[in-house]
Amino acid sequence: MNTAQRNFEKVCEILEKNENNPARLIPILQEVQEEYRYLPEEIMTFLATSLDIPPAKVYGVATFFSHFALKPKGKYIIKICDGTACHVKKSTSILDAVRHKLGLTEDKNTTPDMLFTLELVSCLGACGLAPAVVINEDVHGLMTPAKTVALIDEILKKEASL
Amino acid sequence: MTTSMIINVDGKDIEVNGEKNLLEVIRKAKIDLPTFCYHSELSVYGACRLCMVNVDGRGLQPACSTPPENGMRVVTNNSEIRELRQIIVELLLANEGHECATCGKNGSCQLQLLAKKVGIKKVRFKRTGHKQETDDSTYSLLRNPDKCVLCGDCVRMCSEVQGIGAIDFAFRGAKAAVLPSFGKDLASVECVYCGQCARVCPTGAITPKPEIEEVWKALENKEKIVIAQLAPAVRVALGEEFGLEPGTSTMGQIVSALRLMGFDMVYDTSFAADLTVIEEGNELINRLKEGKNLPLMTSCCPAWVKYAEQYHPDLMDNLSTCKSPQQMFGSLIKEILPEKNKVEKKNIVVVSIMPCTAKKYEARRKEFAKDGIPEVDYILTTQELATMIGEAGIQFKNLEPSSFDMPFGFKTGAGVIFGNSGGVAEAVLRYASEKLTGVRTESYEFKQVRGESGIREAQIEVGGTLLKLAVVSGLKNVKNLIEKVKKGIAKYDIIEIMACPGGCIGGAGQPVYKEGSVRAKRTKGLYDNEKMLQLHKSQENPYIAELYQTVFGGGEKGLHLAHELLHTHYRSHKRIEKESFDIHANKKKTELDITVCFGTSCFLRGAQTVMKNILEHLDKQNIQDRVSVKASFCFEKCNRGPVVNIGGEIIEKCTPEKAISEIDRKLQISVAQS
Ligand code: SF4
Ligand code: SF4
Ligand code: FES
Repeated sequence: MNTAQRNFEKVCEILEKNENNPARLIPILQEVQEEYRYLPEEIMTFLATSLDIPPAKVYGVATFFSHFALKPKGKYIIKICDGTACHVKKSTSILDAVRHKLGLTEDKNTTPDMLFTLELVSCLGACGLAPAVVINEDVHGLMTPAKTVALIDEILKKEASL
Repeated sequence: MTTSMIINVDGKDIEVNGEKNLLEVIRKAKIDLPTFCYHSELSVYGACRLCMVNVDGRGLQPACSTPPENGMRVVTNNSEIRELRQIIVELLLANEGHECATCGKNGSCQLQLLAKKVGIKKVRFKRTGHKQETDDSTYSLLRNPDKCVLCGDCVRMCSEVQGIGAIDFAFRGAKAAVLPSFGKDLASVECVYCGQCARVCPTGAITPKPEIEEVWKALENKEKIVIAQLAPAVRVALGEEFGLEPGTSTMGQIVSALRLMGFDMVYDTSFAADLTVIEEGNELINRLKEGKNLPLMTSCCPAWVKYAEQYHPDLMDNLSTCKSPQQMFGSLIKEILPEKNKVEKKNIVVVSIMPCTAKKYEARRKEFAKDGIPEVDYILTTQELATMIGEAGIQFKNLEPSSFDMPFGFKTGAGVIFGNSGGVAEAVLRYASEKLTGVRTESYEFKQVRGESGIREAQIEVGGTLLKLAVVSGLKNVKNLIEKVKKGIAKYDIIEIMACPGGCIGGAGQPVYKEGSVRAKRTKGLYDNEKMLQLHKSQENPYIAELYQTVFGGGEKGLHLAHELLHTHYRSHKRIEKESFDIHANKKKTELDITVCFGTSCFLRGAQTVMKNILEHLDKQNIQDRVSVKASFCFEKCNRGPVVNIGGEIIEKCTPEKAISEIDRKLQISVAQS
């Protein structure tokens, strides 16, 4: 079965499981995000339709929680910690280096090829390893700008060979 | 046993009699406690904290959200409270964008009034926020997010009173904002332009969109004949801008002012309303005879019409096909005047003066233009007219009154009460009852349909038949009533619908008001106004009769012209501008493209099952590569849903079987062709 089809049916399933109950909007959004990795606008409109609530309400809830992503994210999500410990250990220089490497800015945090998304987070709970960088599930401690860029190069090489 | 509850306010004992919160008790003690986010029509939000008072033993409490308790001792004024109020107002003023002199709300802004009231001398806080773009996407409203103080009045108005929810809070913290869905502009979402949000917005963050400059330009252009039409509700409200009591009729002064400003002719929309009564009355009688498309739903209110198009596609045939009085007037003038006054049609400019922001949108609907020339060119709200009178330096209160131009300035009382909720129904009754019985009566009032409540019902006997009618205002009430009608719990022959609470006299283009009592005074003003007229039934307006004899007289041709000029047809519209999204995409171009409508109507009619079956079919037949499938939002054929587009073929009332057989057929053709 094709993925898009599976996704669509999944959304209907999620709605059914939550009994089309508008009071369960947050868990519904959460499950949809798990499926799509973000909350596409069309899906949110579809949810509003099926739950019989205004789309502006869905949008309001989706933007209230920073956990929900409204833009598609890349295949690799790079999280740079800017918690106190990491900040003191110059995590900003890592951020600058990654942005420079991938051509990203504060407003544009995903590469056009949908490979990388860069996120600044406020403590990954790995202060002992400061400054820390997480790429998808892997935590990398005691990082430097150069080491981080090297990690990205590695991924790029791997992707190119796919 | 009922023991009375006593609360002590600033040393005075006040008896509590059903007051829901301390604020109401304090106001009862004749203390004008400043408030900002409190609105008697809306739910209590309690966010601005401006109404803080000291309650003995509890300290500072927000009066608007504190329930009264027996024996409470309340202090509303001490240095701590005054200091707090000043800080709150200063904080509100620290937003970007409060530039009173250039603001659309200058003079009627709550925040401005408050600043004066609590004695602000300077704002000690640094201005925050960033410049955000003004949303001028609609004809009706301007949204200036920089002036928004996040009180949520508009959000609550739109959802609680209007039942729409077109705008809501989004984001949080420093980025928090009130936005249409997905941050789109207002023109791309389900907003119906009633403007009630603008009415309650305490600052200039949402305001009616002015057309003053355009009108001055037309007035100064020697080539143009500029014609004014004045809606009924305006005459009993404009005076408020000049310090007169709500409900005071200033009709004569308005006519004089318009002439001074340079209008060539000044006519009355009430004349066109008389015309609407005849057309709509006949429509009602025909439908009653045929037993078809009942209840007849009035269509004078463009905000309601847009609402119906978006949410009730299956009721399109119930809407009256009559154009609103504004549009009837415009189309009639532009048809008759060129010949009568020997002017080119393109040099006639029709300016309507309306209590309404939605009228600005209505005039620009494509149904209401002929050969690229709109029936109505510009729409001024009551507020805008007051501004222009001020700009022209006219001393409004000292003006000698004068009367409308003839013949389109002549109306009956029926055309005047149109501005009140219940007025349209009553006017139509006055015509239909005589037409049905064939007997002329002396009396003309149908008081059963009058009143203040948002939903009213009446049963009236005419000529042996019992006419059941409902009068509704406020779209949330409309929503509830329609639900009942659809479920068959309620049955009517005619439903009068106005989007604004109280009808057009409560329109968002009227002088800003906060108290419901203002509406009641304007309503009375219009009924009083009609009492001063000699005629009360549209069918007795001699100029209307003449119109039917001369212009619409010539047999078939005349009838055809009347229909063309005075009627239209509404159809369903999508709520949100939205492209389609892929359900099953293919990288390569496919032989067959399928789009399934997932608009509300189609969804409720089973679009989901159709989609599921299509996808299963593709899998089973192993034809995924040859077909791509999309979902879209609303093909605007909602009453015939589910709607599916298969390779350009629109299939209405589509079933899984129909869809599958069409897919197979199309694919066979494509094989045969290659
Ligand atoms: S104009 Fe009416 S429908 Fe539109 S946002 Fe304001 S209150 Fe809601
Ligand atoms: S009720 Fe009257 S003022 Fe309000 S939107 Fe409708 S036509 Fe306009
Ligand atoms: S919902 Fe409008 S055509 Fe389907």
